[in-house]
Amino acid sequence: MHLLKLESVSRDFDVSRPWLNRVIEHEPRRILRAVDHVSFEVSKGETLGLVGESGCGKSTVARLIVGLYAPTEGRLEFRGRRMQMIFQDPYASLNPRWRVRKIIAEPMIFLEKKKPVSEFLLQVGLSPDDAERYPHEFSGGQRQRISIARALAGEPDLLVCDEPTSALDVSVQAQILNLMAELQERLGLTYLFISHNLAVVSLVADRVGVMYLGKIVEFASAAQLFTNPRHPYTRMLLDAVPDLDMSGKPRTPVAGEVPNPLAPPPGCAFHPRCPHANERCRVETPKLINDVACHGVEEGRI
Amino acid sequence: MILEVEGLTVQFPTRRGTLTAVDSISFSIAPGEVLGVVGESGAGKSITGLAVIGLLEPPGRIAAGEVRLEGRRIERLPHEEMRRIRGRKIGVIFQDPLTSLNPLYTIGQQLEETILTHLVLSPRAARDRALSLLREVGIPAPEARYRNYPHQFSGGMRQRVVIALALAAEPRLLIADEPTTALDVSIQAQIIALLKRLAGERGAAVMLITHDMGVIAETAQRVAVMYAGRIAEIGPVRDVIHAPRHPYTVGLMGSIPRIGSERLVQIDGAMPRLNAIPPGCAFNPRCPRRFERCLVERPDLLPAGTSRAACWLHASA
Repeated sequence: MHLLKLESVSRDFDVSRPWLNRVIEHEPRRILRAVDHVSFEVSKGETLGLVGESGCGKSTVARLIVGLYAPTEGRLEFRGRRMQMIFQDPYASLNPRWRVRKIIAEPMIFLEKKKPVSEFLLQVGLSPDDAERYPHEFSGGQRQRISIARALAGEPDLLVCDEPTSALDVSVQAQILNLMAELQERLGLTYLFISHNLAVVSLVADRVGVMYLGKIVEFASAAQLFTNPRHPYTRMLLDAVPDLDMSGKPRTPVAGEVPNPLAPPPGCAFHPRCPHANERCRVETPKLINDVACHGVEEGRI
Repeated sequence: MILEVEGLTVQFPTRRGTLTAVDSISFSIAPGEVLGVVGESGAGKSITGLAVIGLLEPPGRIAAGEVRLEGRRIERLPHEEMRRIRGRKIGVIFQDPLTSLNPLYTIGQQLEETILTHLVLSPRAARDRALSLLREVGIPAPEARYRNYPHQFSGGMRQRVVIALALAAEPRLLIADEPTTALDVSIQAQIIALLKRLAGERGAAVMLITHDMGVIAETAQRVAVMYAGRIAEIGPVRDVIHAPRHPYTVGLMGSIPRIGSERLVQIDGAMPRLNAIPPGCAFNPRCPRRFERCLVERPDLLPAGTSRAACWLHASA
């Protein structure tokens, strides 16, 4: 049974120039489609990872789910009662004028039975005394712990985490990732985990969706995706991850850049960078078939 | 050796006392070699880079030590003279390509200006050189992009332009401070390959400062791991990655997520602030293998296999 379901959700942004410029210079409206017919489900207790490079629409998906944006098209269904979000920047996401106690207690206003703040502080590895301090007295990693405590205080059914460790140093990132895994085990949490870092996603996610230019190009279990990627873009991303083991395994060099989302290429958006692209890829947009949106995979030539 | 740093100490006098951001560190870089400098925020890696190129922001100052570029001491040169050395002998690449480029000039103008400042060339030859540099760093159709402004380039292309600028006067030393951190993985891989090729071809020494061990594994021959203003471990990249000798490096390597890894090793606690560096070894409060000596006596770099580590575990006597 799914907890969250997205059905062909799209979101447009109007990035047109001001009205007067458009009239004088005969410019049309310019619409940017940040999320393009994205569908997926998240089941209770699992972690769904979303990966992609900047501008692929993964953060917009997060904001659509928590309702910070309304979808232009499509339908979102949430069968839980509450959700919470953990943001990337622990410096911007905590009110500097509030004591930690007030920050953590805020989401509890919607709850009938309130638990003490100290319980949540202990859960994330902080001390109950920290409740009387202000955010500036904490390091980045500790602030992210406060963000997590605040999210837990709302007793959410779903936690939407948008790059929760990207602003942290590696050793601190390890602490936060371990904490999140431990909390999930103990409290049965459900995560939607968004990151640009494939290694981080491989560590936390049960299933992974790969996004490119607003679309999901591949869905797979984490084990499957990282050992046997199918979409050429997923393969390219995996090849681009620096090889820490220095195994010297052969890799295809990465070519090109993400195209301008205002003028996405026709057909498959990845075709200008794809080594397997043919005529069909240049004209026909591939659909997600068996969790991969690629003509080559569908035809069995990749 | 192109760059030799000996006992470099950088201090910041503040109202509440003097903070030592870099504490008596020594290293050198040979021609054609890439030395990676890795560490977490606040470890002192960027300050070290800035001290070498003479761009420390006051009140920061070099309190002790020597910096030698091709045998010549440069750490106490007057401002003007240092400015000539930067650009001519030292190329610099920073993290954010937008702040290194002037938004009001075309990239062609910026390249030509840099070339003419440092080399004796006719304007025409300078233009040819600028175009060939752009070609070399992989800008497609350089003639067409020559008159473009920085904002007309993507992030990856801008970083290529910055690299072209840094190489304009054929510097002997290239300092790259987080050159790929602002870029996506697929672009990062391209920039790494470019830096590696150019350093090899030109025989320049490269100091690559980054928090990302993966970037160092791909690019550098040797690596210095910094912790709380000192070098914790320095040695060949392969050995430091596969057989780290300092407990901090061991923890750091274990905490890096890799594809296929299960659970991360965790170093508890955090790096001490500059005003609260503990006596003895700065890592001792977090170290799983500390003993009495670590609490009182600060270790210098000691031979440990093919590397050197600042850790009493490697004291022979």
